[in-house]
Amino acid sequence: MEILREGQGELIGWHDPDEHRRWVRENKSRELKDKTMTVAEAVEKFVHDGDFIACGGFGHIRVPMSLIYEIIRQGKRNLTMAGKTAVHDIDILIGAGCVNRVEVAYAFGHELRGLSPAGRRAVESGKCKVVAEISNAGYQWRFLAGAMGLPFIPSRNLLGTDTFEKSSAKIVRDPWSGKPICLLPAAYPDVAMFHVPRCDKYGNAQIDGILVEDFELARAARRVLVTTEEIVDEEVIRSKPDQTAIPFFLVDAVCEVPYGAHPTQMPYLYFFDEEHIREWLTVSKTEEGTKAYFDRYVFGVKDFEEYLELVGGVRKLSYLKRVEQLRAPMPVQGGGEE
Amino acid sequence: MAEIASYTPTELLACVAAHVLEDGKSIFVGTGLPMIASMLAQRTHAPNLLIIFEAGGIGPQVPVLPISVGDSRTFHRAVGASSMHDVMSALQNGYVDYGFLGAAAIDPYGNINTTIIGDWERPKVRLPGSGGANDIGSLCWRTIIMMRQDKRRFANKLPFITTPGYLTGPGAREAAGLPEGTGPYRVITQLGVYGFDETTKRLKLISRHPGVTIEEIQANSEFEIIIPAEVPESTPPTPEEQRILREIDPSGMVIKVR
Repeated sequence: MEILREGQGELIGWHDPDEHRRWVRENKSRELKDKTMTVAEAVEKFVHDGDFIACGGFGHIRVPMSLIYEIIRQGKRNLTMAGKTAVHDIDILIGAGCVNRVEVAYAFGHELRGLSPAGRRAVESGKCKVVAEISNAGYQWRFLAGAMGLPFIPSRNLLGTDTFEKSSAKIVRDPWSGKPICLLPAAYPDVAMFHVPRCDKYGNAQIDGILVEDFELARAARRVLVTTEEIVDEEVIRSKPDQTAIPFFLVDAVCEVPYGAHPTQMPYLYFFDEEHIREWLTVSKTEEGTKAYFDRYVFGVKDFEEYLELVGGVRKLSYLKRVEQLRAPMPVQGGGEE
Repeated sequence: MAEIASYTPTELLACVAAHVLEDGKSIFVGTGLPMIASMLAQRTHAPNLLIIFEAGGIGPQVPVLPISVGDSRTFHRAVGASSMHDVMSALQNGYVDYGFLGAAAIDPYGNINTTIIGDWERPKVRLPGSGGANDIGSLCWRTIIMMRQDKRRFANKLPFITTPGYLTGPGAREAAGLPEGTGPYRVITQLGVYGFDETTKRLKLISRHPGVTIEEIQANSEFEIIIPAEVPESTPPTPEEQRILREIDPSGMVIKVR
C-alpha cells in the first residue's frame, strides 16, 4: 500500500500482534478463580510507574474513582493516560503529579462545567506533555483494533486536519476504492480500569446503560481492574449472561466499592456530585488549593469509605440517588444541594 | 442588538438553531446549546427528530438537559443504549444527517479549532481537543456550528485545524478522502446565521438577528464574509419557545435565568 502521509504524534501502546498474543498466552489465566482483593492491593500489584493507563466510562460517567484516588495515594509516577474523553479522572491524576503524558481525544475540559484549571496549568507550563492528538472515534477504533488482535484499523475520520498531523495514524491509498484512507494503529493499554454495577468474584462484569468504549477497551488492555457496586453470586451473572460486558478471563482484579464512581455519575444509581466537582474546579485553580484537596480527600482518609463519609455520607449519597432517579430536581448551578 | 428585547441572546441562539433542524432526520448532538436546540426542535416542529449521542444513546426522550453527552439522560426512554463504536460506525456509514458542534474559532471555509491557542508544543491556552468533533465534522452529511462570533474567533487562519470544514476550498474534502457530499452547512452566532457559497465554499451570510447591522456582522470577523443583496432577519423566539427552554434547562445551566 502506498503511504500518502504520516502523522507526527508519538505512537503509544502499540504492540506487534504476535508479541501481544504471546503475552496473553503467558499472562492471562483462563481459570475461574477468585480475584477479589482490596483497591490498595489491586493498584499495588497491577499499576506500575511509567504504565499506559485508561479508564472506562466517559468523562464524568461511571469513572472508577476509588482506583484513581489509590493511584494518587500510592504515589505512582510518569503514567501516560488515554484522554479518550477523560475529564475528572485525568484532571486529578495530572493535578496530583501521577500522569505526565497524554494522548488527547478530549482532555483538560469538564464539558458544560468549563475548562480544567489543573490540567491546563500542567500542559501550559510543560509539566504534562501532550504526546499525540486523536478524536473520540479514533481512540475507540484504536482499542477496537487492539481488541481484534489487528495491527491497525482503517477509518475515514482525521483526514485533512492537524488532528491527523499530530496523531500516530497514517494515510494510505485504499487498494479497493483508490481513495485516501486513514489507518489507526492498535492501542493496548497496560492497565484499564472500570467501575460497574455488579460483578462476581471471578470478574464477570455487567454494565447497565451505554457501554461507551468499555467493550473494546477491556479486550485490548493487558491488565483489567474492576471495581463494582457489589460482588454478586455467579448465579446472578448466569441468569442474565447477555448483560456481561467484560467476561472473567479478561479481568485481573475485582474490588467491591459501593459508590465507587463518586463524584461521577453511575447510570440508574446515583447522579454527579455537582457540589464536590465544583469544589475541585474551584480549589484546583492554585497549586496550594490542589495540594490541600489531596491532603484532605486522599491522604487524609484511609480508604474510599472514609472519603464517602467526608463528602457527605449517607445523606449526600441518598440525595444523589434521588436526583439520578428523577425523584429530586437537578442541583441548581451555584446553588448546590437541597 | 435591539435595545429592548424580550429574550436573551442565548434564547435567541437556541431557537434559531432549532429552526434549522428538520423533522424525521437524524442528528449527532454535542454538549450545551446544541443539546438544548435539538430538544427544543423535538418538542416543537420536529417530534420525530432522531437524536444520537456519541457515547451510545440512541433516540432518547431527554427529560432535562444532560450535563454530558454520556450522561444517563442521553439514553432516557431511548430506543437504544449501545456504544461509541456502534454510533460512530452509523455516522461513518451515512446514517447521520446533521452534526451539531461548538467551536472556539473557525476560518472562512468552516474549519474548526478546539485544540490550542498559540503553539502546539507549548500552547498559550490548551483547549480540550477534538472529542467527537473531528468524527462528526468528517462523517455526518451536514455540520452545524454554534459559536460566539468576534474578530478573533472568525479568523483568517487557524493555529490548528481540529475538525475539517471545506479545508482549502472546493473539492478539498474529497481529495483528502473524506466522504463525498459532506461538509459544514450552517454557522450560527449571536449576530447571524451563515451558510457556505456553492462555488467558493466560503462563509456567506444567510440571516442577521433582529437589530443587528451588516456592518456589525463584518466588523466581528477577521475575514470578509460574503453578503448577498437581500439579507432577511432571523425569526426571534416565541413566548412558547421560551417556556419550553425553561422546561428543558430548569436550573439555567445554559439558558441563564434573567
